[in-house]
Amino acid sequence: MGEVIVVTSGKGGVGKTTTSANIGTGLASNGHKVVLVDTDIGLRNLDVVLGLENRIVYDLVDVTSGNCRLKQALIKDKRFPNLFLLPAAQTKDKTAVNPEQMKTLAEELKAEFDYAIIDCPAGIEQGFRNAIAGADRAVVVCTPEVSAVRDADRIIGLLEAAELRNPKLIINRLRPDMVKRGDMMDISDILDILAIELIGVVPEDESIVVSTNRGEPAVMDMGSKAGEAYRRITKRIEGEDIPLMNLEVPKGIMDRLKRLIGLR
Amino acid sequence: MLEFISRMLGRESASSKTVAKERLRLVLVHDRASISPAMLNKLREDLVKVISNYMEIDEAALEFNLCQDDREVALVANIPVVKMKRDYATKGLAE
Repeated sequence: MGEVIVVTSGKGGVGKTTTSANIGTGLASNGHKVVLVDTDIGLRNLDVVLGLENRIVYDLVDVTSGNCRLKQALIKDKRFPNLFLLPAAQTKDKTAVNPEQMKTLAEELKAEFDYAIIDCPAGIEQGFRNAIAGADRAVVVCTPEVSAVRDADRIIGLLEAAELRNPKLIINRLRPDMVKRGDMMDISDILDILAIELIGVVPEDESIVVSTNRGEPAVMDMGSKAGEAYRRITKRIEGEDIPLMNLEVPKGIMDRLKRLIGLR
Repeated sequence: MLEFISRMLGRESASSKTVAKERLRLVLVHDRASISPAMLNKLREDLVKVISNYMEIDEAALEFNLCQDDREVALVANIPVVKMKRDYATKGLAE
C-alpha cells in the first residue's frame, strides 16, 4: 500500500511544481514506484517541468470522469522506469473534478504505486480541496517572503482543519547571502512563525531555471545545489534522518581580512 | 538621533528581516483569529446579553469591531448606556 503526498503552498510561484517534480524524480531514482499527479486543471505545468509535454493523450479529468482507464492516462518517463505522470486537463477548470473522485483515484493509485505525489494548484478553493482530498501526508512549500509565509500559515490551518495533521515544511529559494546581511528571514525565523516540522531547505539556484528549460529535474544534476537539497528531502521523505544542507556563504577575502584585524 | 548614530556606525537598527518578521507576527494574529462575520455577530449578541444584566444599552447605536493597528489587534466596542438597571442590586443579593 503506497502513500499519497500532497505538495501545496497557498501562494503561487513559490515552487510547488518544481518541488513535486524533484521529489517524485528523486523517489523514483531511489527505486520506488512513483506517480506524479498534476491537479492544476486549466494551468498544467508539471508535464513541461518533467519534459513529458509531447506525450499526453488522456488526462486527470478523463480518468475521474471515466473516459479512459487510469493505465491509459499514465505517461511513463523513459528516463526512469519507475516514474509516471498523470497530467492535468488543460481545457477544463477545477470544477471538472470533485474531492470524492480524487479520494477514489488516490485509493487506486495507492494500490499501484509506492508514492503518489500530488502537485496542488495555488489558492484555497476547489483545486486545493481536490488536491488534498485523498492525501495521507502534506508538504508545504514556502519562500522566505512575508506573503509566502502568511499564505503557508493559512494553508497549514486549512490542512489541519481537513485532518491532514503534521504537515512538513520546505523552505524554498533561500538566499544565504541575504540572510547573512539580515535582509531575508532565516530558517529559524520562519519556523518560529509557522511552528511546523522542517523537512528541507532549498537554496535559490540558477540551475533550477536551466533544468526546467531542459525538462530535466535538478535532483538528477549532481552539480546543482538545489538538486542536492532535493536529494536530501527525498531521503527524509523515505524516513531517513539526515542533516539539512550546509548553506553557509563561502567567506571572501574581505571577510577574512576583517576578521584578521578584528572588525568581526 | 541615536538611530542615526548607530546607523552611521554600521549597526542597522532594524534589518529588513526583523521588520518582515514583526509584520508577519502581527498580521498572523489577525489571520489566525479568523473571525467570521457570523462569529463576530454571535459574540456581539452574547456581549449584549451579559451587559444587559447590569445596564440598559442602546443596541442600535452599538459599535463593535475588531481593529488592528501597527502594534496590536483589539476588540473595540462602543456601547452607549441608556441607564443603569436599578434592580441589579436586589438581583445580585438574591443570588
